Amino acid sequence: MSRPNVKGLDPKKVSGELFTLTYGAIVAQLLKDYESDEEVNKQLDRMGYNIGVRLIEDFLARSGISRCNDFRETSDAIAKIGFKMFLGITPSVSNWSPAGDEFSLQIESNPLVDFVELPDSHSNLSYCNILCGVIRGALEMV
Amino acid sequence: MVVYNFYLFDRVGTCLYYAEWCRRKKAGMANVEEYKLMYGMLFSIKSFITRISPVDLKDGFLCYSTSKYKLHFYETASGLKFVLNTDSGVPGNLRDTLHQIYSQIYVEHIVKNPMCSLGDPISSELFKSKLDEFVRALPVFSAKTS
Repeated sequence: MSRPNVKGLDPKKVSGELFTLTYGAIVAQLLKDYESDEEVNKQLDRMGYNIGVRLIEDFLARSGISRCNDFRETSDAIAKIGFKMFLGITPSVSNWSPAGDEFSLQIESNPLVDFVELPDSHSNLSYCNILCGVIRGALEMV
Repeated sequence: MVVYNFYLFDRVGTCLYYAEWCRRKKAGMANVEEYKLMYGMLFSIKSFITRISPVDLKDGFLCYSTSKYKLHFYETASGLKFVLNTDSGVPGNLRDTLHQIYSQIYVEHIVKNPMCSLGDPISSELFKSKLDEFVRALPVFSAKTS
């Protein structure tokens, strides 16, 4: 799955679209199979969880980062290192709860949702729920 | 410079992999017992050094040396423990080597392979051969040992 990139930058751009299309196809197929938005959300979360459990090892190996000392460091590691490494984007960390145990990640241009518009009939669908699962799976391992 | 053997444990204590290149003396107990003993020792020593430490620790346990061999240890944030026994002539510690084993061999061939279940002992032939190749290519590995 990891081939060395000999041709230069262009193939990387193509595979970005392929990634978006592949994800869209997965969500579309899940919707056909399960029909309920809630069920699809759950499946996406489970898939994300399985990805996250393995992705964390890749993340630790490549970033060489050691344990975070507090939750703020964790939020920075996820936003600035993790997302940057795997999706090439840097979400902004905001909306800290007063207790400092909740925060929001805001993504401006999410490669998963390029070209995607959610119709009103699926307003309950969390299209990017796989990302939630990935973060949950990854953090559970550390 | 000799590399004697290698252990890999996961976060719950399962020995995922064991390899030896030159072991002149057996432990005198079954393999399973030996793995449990090794894991128990690592766990206890990590806990001990953190408690006894007079200053704040960053990395914790790195290695221990005896008159005849040196044990190098590396633990990832996900709880994976890598152990390498070499002769005592090796200077410093081989944590960087162990990190390389983690990133180039374990992550590439086990984590990225969906058929390899993460909590079970490793049976991948690819992993075995890559690890063997890597260790034999190490500058600390002596050519005259088999």
